[in-house]
Amino acid sequence: MASETQAPVSSCVDAGGGAIGMPQLCPDWMGNQIFWLVVTLVVIFLILSKVALPRIAAVLAERQGRITNDIAVAEDLRQKARDAEAAYEKALAEAKAEAGRIVAEAKDEMQAEMDVEIAKADAEIAAQAAESEKKIAEIREGALDAVKDVAMDTVPDIVAAMGGKADAKSVKTAVNERMKG
Amino acid sequence: MASETHSGQGSGLEIHPMDQFIVRPVFGDGPVGMFTVTNVTLWMAVSVLAIVLLLIVGTSRRAIVPSRSQSLAELAYGFVYKMIEDVTGKDGLKYFPYIMTLFMFVLFSNVVGLVPTAFTTTSHIAVTGVLAVAVFLAVTILGFVKNGVGFLGLFWVSSAPLVLRPVLALIELISYFVRPVSHSIRLAGNMMAGHAVLKVFAGFAASALIAPFAIGAITAMYALELLVACIQAYVFTILTCVYLKDALHPSH
Repeated sequence: MASETQAPVSSCVDAGGGAIGMPQLCPDWMGNQIFWLVVTLVVIFLILSKVALPRIAAVLAERQGRITNDIAVAEDLRQKARDAEAAYEKALAEAKAEAGRIVAEAKDEMQAEMDVEIAKADAEIAAQAAESEKKIAEIREGALDAVKDVAMDTVPDIVAAMGGKADAKSVKTAVNERMKG
Repeated sequence: MASETHSGQGSGLEIHPMDQFIVRPVFGDGPVGMFTVTNVTLWMAVSVLAIVLLLIVGTSRRAIVPSRSQSLAELAYGFVYKMIEDVTGKDGLKYFPYIMTLFMFVLFSNVVGLVPTAFTTTSHIAVTGVLAVAVFLAVTILGFVKNGVGFLGLFWVSSAPLVLRPVLALIELISYFVRPVSHSIRLAGNMMAGHAVLKVFAGFAASALIAPFAIGAITAMYALELLVACIQAYVFTILTCVYLKDALHPSH
């Protein structure tokens, strides 16, 4: 700065343009500084209070509002999701109960049908068994009669062959007695 | 400043660390009158321009998701707003535009002053003095308007023993009136000292022998000064808030 050619006209500056002492203490310049300082401060104050600060405050408030709003919306959506989940759970439980009921019903139906069929089959089997019993009894009767007839036929011959004589009446009695035992 | 002689430099090093603080007219060489457009005007205008650029152009999109410059503007806004709220309470918030004006002016004057060849307006007692006296007067008047005579309770330490109270009141009174002095000299002194040191190192850089060291030192000092510029703006603002708190709630 020593080579500065222009030398301000002031009591605080030497011939070479250098400062004499502290320029901060030079009374010649203070009026100028204070005047421009006041102008500057007023300008800054007007700029800040009329434009800058309201604008920034509005932006901050808007952002805060948006955030609060978004959080509320998110909360709402979460509640909706919870409701949907609950409805789904409920529907699922209902469907399960319905399915269980249908299965039980089908089982009961089948059981009833089966019972009827079994009863019918049992009855048929019983009837057939009775029939068979009867037939067997008949056959057995028939067989006994046949044996008696054969005995009746053969006994006189056998007695004759032994050299005896048998009348029909005694033979019949003897055979009957034998058959009973 | 003393000129040192070093080898191969002919007339030696010429270091004039205080010349950067000279107030000069921007147009012509005439004397500096009250309304002359000087380098003070120029660099204050640059500060105003920078403030407009950040706070108005930067926020012109009013985006919900902020751009970088809008983030910075919102950061500055929130920083000062929270500072006032923390220090003075909710009732201090009506003075937010005034304190924001102070903060933005001091911060941008300090930072813009660090541009090489710039003139640092806040390195002058005349400037910081006006700021400090304005704060002092505003706070004092506000204190009496808000609390009436009760504002004097600020000097009457009711928690101290009765015998000590007059002594304490005297000390409190003196410290109260020293406030604008310390408030202004702290800022101007910090700015002036830092810039003068930078200039001294810059003068040393003319010598080839110690130039690497000088340039390294300038770099380090510049980083430190950037920190100091922001910290001093913060300190100036928070002290203003503390004084404002005293005016609003004078009881200790």
